[in-house]
Amino acid sequence: MKMATVYVDGRAYEMDPKQNLLHACLQLRMDLPYFCWHPAMGSVGACRQCAVKQFKDESDQHGRIVMACMTPVAEGARISIRDPEAVEFRQAIIEGLMLNHPHDCPVCDEGGECHLQDMTVMTGHDYRRYTFEKRTFRNQYLGPLVNHEMNRCIQCYRCVRFYREYAGGNDLNSFSLRNQVFFGRDRDGVLENEFAGNLVEVCPTGVFTDATLKRHYTRKWDLQMAPSVCVHCGLGCNITAAERYGMLRRLVNRYNGEVNGYFLCDRGRFGYEFVNSERRVRQPVLRGKPASAEPALEHLRELAGGSVIGIGSPRASLESNFALRSLVGAERFYAGVPGAQSRLLKQMVDVLRNGPARTPSLREIEHCDAVLILGEDVTNTAPRMALSLRQSVRQQPAEIAERMRVPLWMDHPVREIAQDQKGPLFIATPSPTRLDDAAARSHRAAPDDVARLGFAVSHLLDQGAPADLPDALRGPAEEIAQALKSAKRPLIVSGPSLGSAAIIQAAANVAWALPGAALAFTAPESNSIGLSLMEAPALDAALAAEADTAIILENDLYRRLPAAVVDEFLARFRHVAVLDCVESATTAKAELVLPAAAFAEADGSLVNSEGRAQRFFQALLPTAPIQESWRWLGEWETLDEILGAMASALPHLATAASAAPGASFRMDGAKVPRSPHRYSGRTAMLAQIDVHEPKPPEDRDSPLSFSMEGTPDQPPSALQPFFWTPGWNSIQAVNKFQEEIAGPLRQGDAGVRILEPGSQRPPFFDQIPPPFQARDGEWLLTPLYHIFGSEELSRLAPGIAQLSPQPYVALNPEEAGQFGGEVDLLGQRISLVRIADLPRGLAGVPVGIPPFAGLDLPMWSRISRPS
Amino acid sequence: MPYEKPLTGNMRPDGEALDRQAYERAGGYEGLRKVLKGMTPAAVAGEVKNSNLRGRGGAGFSTGLKWSFISERAPHPRYLVANGDEMEPGTFKDRLLVERDPHQLIEGMAIAGYATGTDVAYIFLRGEYKVGGQRVARAIAEAYEAGYLGRNILNSGYSLELYLHMSAGRYMCGEETGMLNALEGKRANPRAKPPFPPASGLFGKPTTINNVETLCNVPHIIRNGAAWYRGLSKSQDGGTKLYGASGKVNRPGLWELPMGTTIREILDEHAGGMREGHRFRGLLPGGASTDFLTEQHLDVAMDFNEVQKAGSRMGTGTMIILDDKTCPVGMLANLEHFFAQESCGWCTPCWSGLAWVERILGAMEEGRGQPGDLDKLAFQTRFWAPGHTFCALAPGAAEPLQSALKYFRTDFERHITEKRCPWK
Repeated sequence: MKMATVYVDGRAYEMDPKQNLLHACLQLRMDLPYFCWHPAMGSVGACRQCAVKQFKDESDQHGRIVMACMTPVAEGARISIRDPEAVEFRQAIIEGLMLNHPHDCPVCDEGGECHLQDMTVMTGHDYRRYTFEKRTFRNQYLGPLVNHEMNRCIQCYRCVRFYREYAGGNDLNSFSLRNQVFFGRDRDGVLENEFAGNLVEVCPTGVFTDATLKRHYTRKWDLQMAPSVCVHCGLGCNITAAERYGMLRRLVNRYNGEVNGYFLCDRGRFGYEFVNSERRVRQPVLRGKPASAEPALEHLRELAGGSVIGIGSPRASLESNFALRSLVGAERFYAGVPGAQSRLLKQMVDVLRNGPARTPSLREIEHCDAVLILGEDVTNTAPRMALSLRQSVRQQPAEIAERMRVPLWMDHPVREIAQDQKGPLFIATPSPTRLDDAAARSHRAAPDDVARLGFAVSHLLDQGAPADLPDALRGPAEEIAQALKSAKRPLIVSGPSLGSAAIIQAAANVAWALPGAALAFTAPESNSIGLSLMEAPALDAALAAEADTAIILENDLYRRLPAAVVDEFLARFRHVAVLDCVESATTAKAELVLPAAAFAEADGSLVNSEGRAQRFFQALLPTAPIQESWRWLGEWETLDEILGAMASALPHLATAASAAPGASFRMDGAKVPRSPHRYSGRTAMLAQIDVHEPKPPEDRDSPLSFSMEGTPDQPPSALQPFFWTPGWNSIQAVNKFQEEIAGPLRQGDAGVRILEPGSQRPPFFDQIPPPFQARDGEWLLTPLYHIFGSEELSRLAPGIAQLSPQPYVALNPEEAGQFGGEVDLLGQRISLVRIADLPRGLAGVPVGIPPFAGLDLPMWSRISRPS
Repeated sequence: MPYEKPLTGNMRPDGEALDRQAYERAGGYEGLRKVLKGMTPAAVAGEVKNSNLRGRGGAGFSTGLKWSFISERAPHPRYLVANGDEMEPGTFKDRLLVERDPHQLIEGMAIAGYATGTDVAYIFLRGEYKVGGQRVARAIAEAYEAGYLGRNILNSGYSLELYLHMSAGRYMCGEETGMLNALEGKRANPRAKPPFPPASGLFGKPTTINNVETLCNVPHIIRNGAAWYRGLSKSQDGGTKLYGASGKVNRPGLWELPMGTTIREILDEHAGGMREGHRFRGLLPGGASTDFLTEQHLDVAMDFNEVQKAGSRMGTGTMIILDDKTCPVGMLANLEHFFAQESCGWCTPCWSGLAWVERILGAMEEGRGQPGDLDKLAFQTRFWAPGHTFCALAPGAAEPLQSALKYFRTDFERHITEKRCPWK
């Protein structure tokens, strides 16, 4: 790329001519204050905070004030940040923003990580000349996750830009005008958008704050933090988990340029409260009675020495699964996933490993310019991916703007040019999805018919792919095929959520029929792919296994199989031992329960749906005897030891061991501190127990210290506990850690890819299912996913629980006509909801919500009037 | 000597609108027939450019040049919008044109539409202009009926759809890009430029935006030629201009006069001089967002260049006169209150600075002015300089304030030192 030379305060710098001056200056690590600009959302020129002086040429002594965010980098440009008039202007902007700000930092949750505080200090505004009353607002109830305090607002418009323009929400808006613009809903109520929690980080001050943090508040500088990975779906978004006084206080986004970028979904951000849940298993239970660690462990060893099988878990780390596998022996280790799902996951992995289609990162998904989604309600099965897909539909319209020479960072002109034009996104699912509004076309079809559409598209793209192309499919399939063929970066999204191998095969065929196409599969749980790569037999095989003892790892079998099947299965063993972090129906049946560390208390590795192995680290030391499952199960002293053992036993997972530096890693001899250097109270916080300051705990497993002592330098990204740099106390500090703004972190983005495509195209799949046939009196119970409610652990977080749906069954309104408000289904009275467009013959039921947890969906069932 | 009054000379004395027949009897739609019959779009734009017609909304940009920004290869649909929002305080010239001769505007738009290859045109009219709206709506219907609008106008092959849009009412809707957002059903916030409306305007398509008065001149230029039009004027800028005066003059009103008529002539001959017992102190030459002129400027010719040389802007050409019985601080408090409440709330200097200035002036009027207030006011006027803000609203609001601080400084100081308004 040809760079432009720009003179800043007399010094020459190389800048990217495709960028604006603010972006370029920040990239050069200069301090230039801003509010309305956001690295993921571009420039709009509202706040006027990034003013600089621009000079026409060397002889121009006067210059003029320009907004750096709205001014393109140009060869030979001359600007000054230090110019006295520019300095005075930026101070005046802060003064203006602060006229009505309540100055309530001491009681504001944002205090200490407030961008407005940082920018105020940076501009040097320190004297208040305004003597009149401040304007005030009434705050709104926005639900259990996000708190609203409008008096603090500085009218930067970031919230509505993120919520409406970036995330596609429409129930948050800007109302009124002048200095009284109100950012909120038209009435009190829960924010509807699944990404609303990002407002907490997008808002540069304390208007939108984390309502879960508020219930157990701690200042950022007092937190002990660690790099972690979200465990609530298969995408593996990077997070920072934060602790104080032995309690997990909150999560924030941890920037990873390839994965989550700047944003998380609300399940990921707020689901963490399960760690503090009363349902936690906090000490061993032996035959229904609390036990101490030693006898419990001894009992486990005794059991393991006998005839034993082990059941692993897709929500447990590679290490913990490997530890169980080692304890019971590879041939007696089962994956803990029902056969149907296990086969789907294996098929996905095989397609990605053997076929030529590459699995894209979320960043790559964002840049795809034509997308076909087969079967996935992405917002509810892989939420953060939906946000990326929503950006992908902007790719083609952005080309019009580029042809008009409007730079893409000019956010509003690009949107004004595009208007309602969207790039091609096609969605084929049984039920409406939250992405439909972004789609060029949505197809509602039964699972088999979703697959048939995919097969039809693949045949149109490559005559070699099998064909079953009735007239009804030809029109839609041709439209999709044409759009994918003419795209530069086509993408197929699919996954196992409808329980259909045919859908996955159809997706593979489409991707393979389009050379260069990317293929993204969702994965149901945080380590579904990692577990699948261990190639253990499925849970169904365990049902037939003969043994005295079953050791079950972090797995509630009642969410995997029907209750009667699990009852019978567990009854066959003389001993059942369960390791888990939360109580479940399975722990209730166990002779021995061992308290497992939750993600924030543990070190381990997960493989996400992209095939990226990522490491998570302890943000807090669990209260003994809680410890990682792999410690309960084996005798490895350190994480590095078990990783070494895993690498030799499972060489294809050896790369995963390099997802983060080992425990011996040091920077100039120092560890990486988990706490900011301003961490307070260390000498006092345990003084009621002992006035002597305790030695900080040692961490044998990682190069992170439980302390504020350590390297001041930027560590490798996998070890980055939090983003902070002098003068930048808010999350905006991430600018200073990036190779390029909104690009990779300087040390490279965290994680290692362990799934790469093959070079040859395998034969096309040729098992095209016949068209779906509705039945008389029976409906195909079809899984409908809920971001809040379908996932096991986040359900235990009170805020998420509040947003979870009650059990229901959904029918097409015409078919629902024969019933009233309730029906009998599976021997239970269930309320009936009507979903327009749901194909006839399908009955949607919420996944993971009793009584539907554990069912092998889709399945046929009778539905009748209440008896 | 009687002046030629192409814009208003034909209007009915009873205040009713000219209907289509009456408009046609006076030569109406001849200009449209002429361009459709024998002129290329480029020739039409060229003729208008040669006429030195400059935009009557206040900025004074060459109309013909503006039309030429729509290139022949620009994509369709293309849009044309007549800006009749007219919310500038003291300004009521477009109201007269839409109420009394709506066909003149429609013909002007049809010609402008032809010159720019426009497919769809909108008249964006101030919401309070209910009478004007009714009359324009009727005239549009008449024009469609007569084949001056719609498909294949007068069998020329040119088609134009014209719609009337009544504004929901905000000063920002008069800012051309705010108006585009309003037409699209969005907040009337201004848009970033570039891209300019000829490249990406209404619905992201090439768009021409002209003031109502500007468009009303067009039929006459086409019918009588650019040279005739230039000859109407006393200055470099072509044509006649609707000048107005409000305040304590004997005959407040609106007059069509040659461009470049002096302020003194407008004030003394047409507005009938100051009312008895009132002395002239100053005036805002073209609406609220222009700098004050005073006694020393009375012989300035009212055209774009001359008023600018005198340190102000001709703006809309409708003057607001300040007399000695009216408190200048009170006048400013009223004006800045208007600007503060009409700020769209987008950029900081505007929404925060105007609200602050509004409070300072209000307090001063109530005798609660503080030493140092004048410095704060002066600072804000510099803070609102063009380029500092997102659009021209706050720079416009700065103009009366910065000039009042210059010409009426002692009045401000008396408010502070006497802790009261000396006029109350």
